[in-house]
Amino acid sequence: MISQVFILSSKGDHLIYKDFRGEAKSDVVNVFYQMVTDLPADQPPVLMTHEGLHFIHVRQGGLYCVATTTANVSPFTIIEFLNRLTALIKDYCGSLSEKSVRMNFALIYEMLDEMLDYGYIQTTSTDILKNFIQTEAVSSKPFSLFDLRSVGLFGAETQQSKVAPSAAASRPIMSSRGDQEGKNEIFVDVVECLTVVIGSNGVLMKADIQGEIRVKCYLPSCSEMRIGLNEELSIGKSQLRGYGAAVRIDECSFHQAVRLDEFESYRILKICPSQGEQTVMQYQLCDDLPSAPPFRLFPTVERDSGDRLLIYLKMRCDLPPKSVVPSDFTTNLVLACILKPTTSLSQELSSPDQSAELQPSCKVIQWEIPRFPGGAQLSALFKVEVPGLSAASLLEVGPVCMSFELPKHTCTGLQIRFLRLSPAQPGPSQRWVRYLTHSDSYTIRI
Amino acid sequence: MPYLGSEETLKELKRALSNPSIQADRLRYRNVVLRVIRLMTQGLDVSPLFMEMVKASASVDMVQKKLLYLYMCTYAPLKPDLALLAINTLRKDCADSNPMVRGLALRNMCNLRMPGITEYIQQPVLAGLRDKASYVRRVAVLGCAKMQNLQPEAEIDGAVVNELYGLLRDPDPVVMVNCLRALEEMLKAEGGVVINKPIAHHLLNRLKELDSWGQSDTLTFLLRYEPRDEAELFDILNLLDGHLQSSHGAVATATLRLFLRLAAAHPAVQADALSRAQGPLLAMCASASRELRFAALCHVRRLLRSVATQYAAHYKRFFCSYSEPGYIRLCKMDILVELVNDENVALVLEELRAYCTDVLPELAQAAIFAIGRIGQMYSERCLGILVSLLGLRQEHITSAVLQTFRDLVWLCPQCTTAVCRAVASLEDSIQDSEGKQALIWLLGAHGDKISSAPYVLEDYIDSLKAELSSLVKLELLTATVRLFLSRPAETQDMMGRLLHYCIEEEGDMCVRDRALLYYSLLLCGVEDIRRILGGPTTDASLGVIAGHSEEPVDSWAPHFNTLELLLARGCVHMLAGRLPAPPSDGPHSSLSLSLEPALSPESFERHWLELDVSHVGPVTCPWPHCLPEALQAALQLVQIQVLAFSRPQSLPWKAYLYSHGDGTLILAEVLRDSTQGADHLQLTMKQVPRDKHVLQGFVAVLKSALQALSRDTS
Repeated sequence: MISQVFILSSKGDHLIYKDFRGEAKSDVVNVFYQMVTDLPADQPPVLMTHEGLHFIHVRQGGLYCVATTTANVSPFTIIEFLNRLTALIKDYCGSLSEKSVRMNFALIYEMLDEMLDYGYIQTTSTDILKNFIQTEAVSSKPFSLFDLRSVGLFGAETQQSKVAPSAAASRPIMSSRGDQEGKNEIFVDVVECLTVVIGSNGVLMKADIQGEIRVKCYLPSCSEMRIGLNEELSIGKSQLRGYGAAVRIDECSFHQAVRLDEFESYRILKICPSQGEQTVMQYQLCDDLPSAPPFRLFPTVERDSGDRLLIYLKMRCDLPPKSVVPSDFTTNLVLACILKPTTSLSQELSSPDQSAELQPSCKVIQWEIPRFPGGAQLSALFKVEVPGLSAASLLEVGPVCMSFELPKHTCTGLQIRFLRLSPAQPGPSQRWVRYLTHSDSYTIRI
Repeated sequence: MPYLGSEETLKELKRALSNPSIQADRLRYRNVVLRVIRLMTQGLDVSPLFMEMVKASASVDMVQKKLLYLYMCTYAPLKPDLALLAINTLRKDCADSNPMVRGLALRNMCNLRMPGITEYIQQPVLAGLRDKASYVRRVAVLGCAKMQNLQPEAEIDGAVVNELYGLLRDPDPVVMVNCLRALEEMLKAEGGVVINKPIAHHLLNRLKELDSWGQSDTLTFLLRYEPRDEAELFDILNLLDGHLQSSHGAVATATLRLFLRLAAAHPAVQADALSRAQGPLLAMCASASRELRFAALCHVRRLLRSVATQYAAHYKRFFCSYSEPGYIRLCKMDILVELVNDENVALVLEELRAYCTDVLPELAQAAIFAIGRIGQMYSERCLGILVSLLGLRQEHITSAVLQTFRDLVWLCPQCTTAVCRAVASLEDSIQDSEGKQALIWLLGAHGDKISSAPYVLEDYIDSLKAELSSLVKLELLTATVRLFLSRPAETQDMMGRLLHYCIEEEGDMCVRDRALLYYSLLLCGVEDIRRILGGPTTDASLGVIAGHSEEPVDSWAPHFNTLELLLARGCVHMLAGRLPAPPSDGPHSSLSLSLEPALSPESFERHWLELDVSHVGPVTCPWPHCLPEALQAALQLVQIQVLAFSRPQSLPWKAYLYSHGDGTLILAEVLRDSTQGADHLQLTMKQVPRDKHVLQGFVAVLKSALQALSRDTS
């Protein structure tokens, strides 16, 4: 049972505070903020205790979402509840940020009132909650030129308009204006998180994919949806299906509401999606990736005359040409903790739109690459002055950590064959299928 | 700027709330109310507006109503007389035709925490229990618990309790779970809600209808049910089986906990359940939510003490990634150490080696300590890595490596030569006191194998004036005297200077007394001091750090899926509730033992070597057949600290204890020797300063604790 729930901004402003059981005073909010900001770096902040009151919090979107309790409860329940709360705020308010919470605090109070009674979780399902919530969400959409891109000359359909605008899925699910915009949309996202460690000898040491299929539904009335996955999808180490290159995953689990009667034979998931976002299927694949990891690095680290460190990085993108263009590509080269570089960095990058800077506080050279098409090869030469450079410390340079997003690409090869709504929706409805590979951690040792 | 000029703001809001033209405009009225609630959230006291807000609650606007209820529930304890004015509106709403309005009003009426409210809410709550809308029944059921909580001294109404038990059969699953929750709170004094056989089976059969929150709560309530026989037990386990791999982590872990509890007598079933719940736990260890990830890792860390082999194949899942926060990486390193086996040791060490140069010093040191712990089993591989780390000449790394060396030498004597060679070629200086202590200890204990030992110690002695830590000074005194025993010619001169400084100029009494003690010992002659200080420098049978025995599942199962595991303290706190307190009468009642000030293993060892035996004798009491950890926890309750003990099955078995009593320090060794009969315990005690009375009291306390423990375990 939960005693209080509160949401704080990163600066400690009280955005939401609701007491369910009257067991503690409201000044514990400030106690919490004091504790969480004073915590040493290696101490886990998730659970903190003050005079018999336990604080459990999750940190999302720069906000602290905190639940307090006096009982020795299940940590998983509380953390999952807080995560669900943030997901619901995202669904109802469009996004989770200090601003959206400030603007929609009445709605969030209304939501909390229905979700918890006397500290016991009553319901968190969007289908039930939407009957009770009457406040309308206020969303602030900053004017952006990018939104205009999809509008062609004289209203003609352009090629780009076939791609869902990135902001389309970040709007409140219940909005009276939504109907005017004619958005009976459903988004099905296949999102994969890639964790890769490549050793200094170029051997793949660890590869791990955590994937999920998310459905975000704006359809007001729910109908059955059938999601067809690759028919040759095989699950587990031994099972093999189909003749060509099979798509394989190790383990998977499904949302409670998914019906699997056609999954075994046709790989079809059936679900009645409720409004808002939900994860329909989660899966993982460990160790053997179906294809080589997307980026390879050929580093050379040398000691120039005296105290100058020379780092030459050659990077190759092994994705098929033109098919995928990674976005938000950043490479972080960690200089070992033992080097104490001066602030000057001289650099030679392979094209002028790239940039690099040295961050002496965390001893990282950050190399930003705006465009990195498939099959291309980029290089960079960094020269850093490091007083007191020794031969042993040369070996400690690295690792290189890359962060990127690959739209329209899944590393497992999992695809959505079709997406059918039955019975067919009245009026225009749009179905979007999106693929995204996100680098959770892509580390290359030098 | 709500905090500045808040008086003005309040006045302005008061005016606005009572302005008829605003009251007539629904949107404007609601906006003023919104402003009040916003100020309330920010922590401003807006209770002076209570009167106006009560009036505003008569609105038909649902949104406004909800906001006002929130306001009233917050301030009702401050303004009980004014809150009574709102009761009428609320009671009227409780009879509304719309179930949503009825439920809302009833819920908030029960939330008004103020004296005297019960007489008004009793009737609506009882009516709500029989409402035809499940929404209202849900609220009414919890309302019963709230009512009870408002007047804890009042007698529990048997009729209400019966009605709630009856409502367990309500068609709405949330009403059912709420009944359990409400009964649990109301009957707290009698041990909570009773789960008998029909109720247990009813709950189990309805588990599928519940959402994940209801499931995990119900599973927790089922923990107190005891199946009648094996057949029933396995029926229940069959029903639960599917939930073990639920995609909701909370349900999967709650099911696992119930499995472990029910199958306590069937270790094979427990092991099977643990291996099947691995999937959800591992999935949570890789969850996108770092808080969930941390909670799952803490649970896995605890599981590993019993079933390390099950997870060994998945060791790569516990490699750290660059983006993770420090506390998750520390937890993962702990787990990796437990997972090491012959097959993966090379890869795990390679991975840990990469963390040793992390930018965060705490993480780098933790990685080095982790390598040290693996070194207790794979000493050669680890020594190579540790020695190479010294070549980096980084202060924090060198300090951590030296601390690891000290532990390794103590536990694995075969490492001594390699460690001494590495220490001998150490060039740079160490700044932190932990590292200094480790280095000085090594130089003192193994100075005969390190050629440069006297010169390094001399440097420390020469810079003694600048030294701030008295622990380092104490360590330096012991080490110098020890080194003097093995290499007198090189050490005599500087030892004289050290003792002179410590006796004449030192401000810290502890250091001064220690120096005086050594001085008088030296006066007694070299042979005496050799006998006292020249004890063993290694003892592999001591399990201070290496407590690698497999714990039974039951030692942690009761705390699985609770906050306890996230706090990550030892098993001491968990056992505290289970052990009977020692009888307070008896000969030792006048004696008060205390654990403070705490004694470190090193200083215990020093004291043990320095002191003479004050008492040796057998202890006549049956040997408690329990784990050493349980013994440790039990003795801690009676203020005796077990500092070290041998592995559980080894014979002779030894444990070292200490305690403080009436200003004396008592050190004791308990020896269990099979040659004298399995239950024979030999107690050797040393005390400073001597006090026979205290010593007798200590023996009595120890004996009664052991007796209580053997009763408890038999």
